[in-house]
Amino acid sequence: PPVFLLADVEVMRGRRHSDMPRPQWLPNAEPCARPGKSGPRARFDQSPACPLAAMVWSIAAVCRSSRTTGAAWRQACRAFSSDPGIQASRPDEREAMEYDVCIVGAGPAGLSAAIRLKQLAKEKEQEISVCVLEKGSEVGAHILSGNVFQPKALDELIPSWREDASCPIHAVPAVKDRFYYLTPRRALRMPTPPQMHNKGNYVISLSEAVRWLGAQAEEAGVEIYPGFAGSHLLTSASGACVGVGTGDMGIGKDGTRKDSFAPGLDLRARVTLLAEGCRGSLTKEALKRYSLREKAGADPQTYALGLKEVWQIDPAKHEPGTVWHTLGSPLPWNTYGGGWLYHMADNRVSLGLVVSLDYSNPNMNLFQEFQQYKRHPAIARVLEGGTCLQYGARTLSEGGIQSIPALTFPGGALIGDGAGFLNVPKIKGTHTAMKSGMLAAEAAAAELAKEPTAAGRALDLGAYETAMHDSWVHTELHRERNIRPSFGLGAGIWGGLLGSALEAYVLRGKAPWTLRHRRPDHEALAPAAQAAPREYPKPDGSLTFDLNTSLFRSGTNHEHDQPPHLRLRNAKLPEAINLPRYGGPEARYCPAGVYEYVPSEHGGQKLQINAQNCLHCKACDIKDPTQNIQWMVPEGGGGPNYTIT
Amino acid sequence: MRVLVAVKRVIDYNARVRVKPDKSGVDLKNVKMGMNPFCEIAVEEAVKLKEGGSASEVVAVTIGPKAAGDTLRTALAMGADRGVHVLEDGEVQPLAVAKLLAALTRREEATLCMLGKQAIDDDSNQTGQGLAGLLGWPQATFASKVVVDREAGRASVTREVDGGLETLSLKLPAVITADLRLNEPRYATLPNIMKAKKKKVDTVTAQELGVDITPRLKLVKVEEPAKRQAGVMLSSVKELVDRLRNEAKVI
Repeated sequence: PPVFLLADVEVMRGRRHSDMPRPQWLPNAEPCARPGKSGPRARFDQSPACPLAAMVWSIAAVCRSSRTTGAAWRQACRAFSSDPGIQASRPDEREAMEYDVCIVGAGPAGLSAAIRLKQLAKEKEQEISVCVLEKGSEVGAHILSGNVFQPKALDELIPSWREDASCPIHAVPAVKDRFYYLTPRRALRMPTPPQMHNKGNYVISLSEAVRWLGAQAEEAGVEIYPGFAGSHLLTSASGACVGVGTGDMGIGKDGTRKDSFAPGLDLRARVTLLAEGCRGSLTKEALKRYSLREKAGADPQTYALGLKEVWQIDPAKHEPGTVWHTLGSPLPWNTYGGGWLYHMADNRVSLGLVVSLDYSNPNMNLFQEFQQYKRHPAIARVLEGGTCLQYGARTLSEGGIQSIPALTFPGGALIGDGAGFLNVPKIKGTHTAMKSGMLAAEAAAAELAKEPTAAGRALDLGAYETAMHDSWVHTELHRERNIRPSFGLGAGIWGGLLGSALEAYVLRGKAPWTLRHRRPDHEALAPAAQAAPREYPKPDGSLTFDLNTSLFRSGTNHEHDQPPHLRLRNAKLPEAINLPRYGGPEARYCPAGVYEYVPSEHGGQKLQINAQNCLHCKACDIKDPTQNIQWMVPEGGGGPNYTIT
Repeated sequence: MRVLVAVKRVIDYNARVRVKPDKSGVDLKNVKMGMNPFCEIAVEEAVKLKEGGSASEVVAVTIGPKAAGDTLRTALAMGADRGVHVLEDGEVQPLAVAKLLAALTRREEATLCMLGKQAIDDDSNQTGQGLAGLLGWPQATFASKVVVDREAGRASVTREVDGGLETLSLKLPAVITADLRLNEPRYATLPNIMKAKKKKVDTVTAQELGVDITPRLKLVKVEEPAKRQAGVMLSSVKELVDRLRNEAKVI
């Protein structure tokens, strides 16, 4: 089905054809087969081997496909259950429930949308039933963020939040901002960029804040269901989105049903809001199915991986409200990224490293880079004598306004970091995510009021898109649009600092040009043969740790007897391309040690996927050079259990 | 036959805990809570008995603060028919729990009590036994298999004991506590969770039941287990004997 081929079109655009072997990107096909000929017949149609012809063929296939029925689309997008090896639930086994609005993801965007919907329902005496699906075991379990919170959107949503004693947000106002350039030994203080003045903001744990938001939502009458993963979009015959289907529970590793098998549920909703966060799985499905990126003429999204730890430190060293941001060491000059250290409440600090996923050196081990960051004297000094409490990692969207796709599709919309509203120079995405949720809620409530009974016609949330364009989110993102791309102009961090300073102090976003993101992150990886090696010292157990110890601190777990949720479209590609060409980068960028190359039976090495460790960060889905790894949502309730990140 | 199932809200089995700096207990702030795994197994068994026709009604009971109501709702979502929430904010120790459950069993006229063998937060392993003693009923603890014969009014329970498996025949009414291998608890599916919201839950207090729940045990200190010392490589048997005699002083 064209769903996969559309991805191929994206992958092939702008690539250096000379670098790549003639790839067979299609599922179940033999790698590097002779052009025009294949081994086992691919399950789906074959495209010609010549990339240009393949692209044309794919486009033709998409055009053909626009006439396929809804059933074919539903089948195509249930990639998990369309696998004959898995005894998925049949449509007759699945129950259905109806809601006015179904929100996928109980994060800042999703909960803000839910709360706003209930507020509007109360104001206008409308009945709006809202349900929120959350794949984590509880609200906040999958929330990880720096976080110096800008309360702009919260002031609009819940103006009385400062008076609420149970609200953990107002505990620590940000009082001191510092910006450092780190050399291997020194920390050179630099002028704090205007975007990093945090007066009026608060140092928080976003996981705690989201739990509080969840309690507000439940009090307002929102039904929140943690432990339930949205596995696929439900579509009507015309292709409009009519809700979300949750995943089956109780399927064994071999695909057969266990005694505890429970079929998923179809949540039929007149409006579906996807608030899954960066690189959400249903968001990805919606982007492909409704061609949302192409519709907006958006650039490919570019991402970063943030690795974070929360430490309890010596009270003598704790300064609540101090906010540090750093550039430079340990990252090389040509890799965008930086570190942070924020002093939270209760003698805790949050610290971490953000590394952009458009890095080119396949030898970079992101977890080790983060451990290296902690070894810097300025950071180590703060952590000395402390205890590490929690660890985690999550990707974030760095594309800014250039990469925002079309936000609405028939019957639904994208909100939050899944669409990509993060303000990169501020590294804040929470306030824009919340605002997007609120605006989507307003558009949805208005549409629902117009058609009080479920009329069968898909609701159009175009008003949301217009509202976003007229809001302060657009103004903010537009002003900062040229800062992140200035790092990609060729002079690495130096060009970036120069460009950013120019933007921040002189141009202030008013330049007549907009720098673009030329290619997706996975195409940026250079072959291992051309890459410099990177040295990482062993962990010392008190400041730096090995991966397994860190994973324990994330509380991550999955029911082990379930089909692996990380699927390779082509099982042979890791040994054929990832390992020989790039040295197996997935074993290095995954912050959870999911991917390991182990000796295989016939000499050589094979890829072992430890899906149980997964932190749901989505780095592999983003960075795999052949886009072979597909992150699918596992059984609900699995994944990390963040509480203070 | 009415079955009373007791469920307890404890720290989630997967959560990482830390001892409070003043050693007065475990830090429960922001820690994820859930139903005691052995209680889940007990609920599953009770629901299975109902589905098999041996039981007519399953009543779930919990003792705890308002938040324990979530645990009760999970039990209802798994198939219990109605719930009783004994609202108590302070500490309720195993003997007090047993007294409360005894009062409720008499009030609800239950003829079978299913409990988990122990709670994973205090590992007391006393409540089921205490309850049987207070009611004067037969008990079968660490059950790995339960077969109820309603006509004969008897239950045959296989217990996991140190020596192996022991099968007892109990005359009902009786108290049974569940061990790990009794069954695999079902998932609370979304439709069942939604139905559970409508099921009836009575709220009572210990005072209304006429039970004194003053704690009898005082917690003195909680400490983390001592860090494991690294092993030492020795070069000969002579050195080992020498160290065992002189350093470890065990021979």
